[in-house]
Amino acid sequence: MAHVLVFTEFSQGGQLKKSALELLSAARKSGLKIQALALGSGSKNLADVLGKEGVDEAILGDDAAFDQYNPELFTEVVANVLNEKKPAVVLASSSTLGRDLFPRVAARLNTGVISDCTELEISNSGDVKVRRPMYAGKCSAEVAFVNSPIKIVLMRPNQLMVEPSATAKTATVEEIKAPVKDLKTIIKEVVKGTSSKLDLTEANIIVSGGRGMKEAANFKLLEELADVLGATVGASRAVVDAGWVPHSMQVGQTGKTVAPSLYIACGISGAIQHLAGMSGSKVIVAINKDPNAPIFQKATYGIVGDVLEVVPLLTQEFKKLLQQ
Amino acid sequence: MRIFVCIKQVPDTETKIKIKADASGIDTAGVKWIMNPYDEFAVEEGLKLKESGKATNVTVISVGPKTRIVETLRTALAMGADDAIAVDAPEDLDPSTTAKALAATIKAEGDYRLVLTGKLAIDDNAASVSQMLAEHLGIPHSTAVTKLEVSDATAVAEREVEGGAREVMQLAVPALIAANKGLNMPRYASLPGIMKAKKKVIKELTLDSLGVSTEETRIRYQNYQMPPEKPPVKMIEGDAATQAQTLAKLLREEAKVI
Repeated sequence: MAHVLVFTEFSQGGQLKKSALELLSAARKSGLKIQALALGSGSKNLADVLGKEGVDEAILGDDAAFDQYNPELFTEVVANVLNEKKPAVVLASSSTLGRDLFPRVAARLNTGVISDCTELEISNSGDVKVRRPMYAGKCSAEVAFVNSPIKIVLMRPNQLMVEPSATAKTATVEEIKAPVKDLKTIIKEVVKGTSSKLDLTEANIIVSGGRGMKEAANFKLLEELADVLGATVGASRAVVDAGWVPHSMQVGQTGKTVAPSLYIACGISGAIQHLAGMSGSKVIVAINKDPNAPIFQKATYGIVGDVLEVVPLLTQEFKKLLQQ
Repeated sequence: MRIFVCIKQVPDTETKIKIKADASGIDTAGVKWIMNPYDEFAVEEGLKLKESGKATNVTVISVGPKTRIVETLRTALAMGADDAIAVDAPEDLDPSTTAKALAATIKAEGDYRLVLTGKLAIDDNAASVSQMLAEHLGIPHSTAVTKLEVSDATAVAEREVEGGAREVMQLAVPALIAANKGLNMPRYASLPGIMKAKKKVIKELTLDSLGVSTEETRIRYQNYQMPPEKPPVKMIEGDAATQAQTLAKLLREEAKVI
């Protein structure tokens, strides 16, 4: 019988990422048998929670060799697991890791991979129907697998609902180890990001700033707003190019493509390159002093005003609201 | 030593996208085509490596409808690339077939030190071909690279990962490097460069001549749709305090996102 394998990413604290819960919810809906694959120290402790999430079989690589992503090592291990388990469908997050890893795995297995999917249906026979944005969200396309024995689907985070699992199981556990191998790829150094917040691509709420913030120092107003909302701060290309904030914060073409539930654009005019990266957001708030700024055409709610005045007031309002 | 740079021609971001009547793709009539912005970083890096003596030849390769992709190849030649190869292929070739065509082209050309690509193409944003190509060539890869140092035996690449963190990877060469913004500032083609590029012969190959068939297709884009109409923006009036209060209330009670 066809079954689905979910590649579950988890935090260093041993919590499944929200994206993993989204994928598991989608896998359960199919009614198919579910396998989960998790790699890294502490993955052994995931067996219980994976069972509760409806997983029948957990393949856990509780090995420190997996704590740091290495494309060569991960390709080898994941391709071997897929070769052995032969799932009809693989679900993984279209995260930095997922997007780097799975195309190479797909090439090794001579099968198809579809990245950046925003809609997904899995039938109980293991057929999948997916849709994804094309041309920076100007349109979308359905994507069909062709001659693909294993259908690898990479879902954009925050697109699928996390649903409570009604069928708690006791997952059987299979442990795997990293192979001892000479690798052509060595990770020399990892420089941690300064932010403890979720990455922009995973964030459920994003507060983003543009030139209207006037100067780099004013980004602290956005940080304060983001802190209250549990949001991540993003930026337009203009302020990245001006050196106010690092490129890792850039949203849009040549930056990150994001699709949070709420995107608050502060002092961003809405150049097409910016809209390309955020128009998939569910609710968009635009605050800009220019009533003709293109951002208002994409926005759900608009405020014409001075961001430096409105943002601190908003922070206060949200604080009050969230304390209730 | 030779460097291959793989480039893709994509619709200009400013171009209005129209869908074909049968929804099988976009209507390419009237589309303005440009070099994929990430590929510009790849071309620039190749040229810089050549200028610093780390390479002797920079060859650009593109896969797609021949008559249109030669424009983008000429742009790369005008920037300073030595040679260009056009692999004639239908529109919308999928990542799997494209990667196989590129791999076959590079293998047929012989030795090389590096393959450079853009980390993704802005048309389908698949971010797949680079890693697939590295797999077919049997070489290590690094994507989203913002800094690169190349020596005889290794390429040391710094890449951007989640949350603004960075990884420094050392790859044995030959290796594939997929460029991110920040790697360099792509140059503009000079006038003499443009004149010189016009005279260069672009080598033309076909999928058939490479032994790659469209049977290699693994995914197919179909049933294109325009996004649903967005309701008009709700403008929030009043002084700043009222606006902030109203917005917070709407986000909680109407949009239910807070």
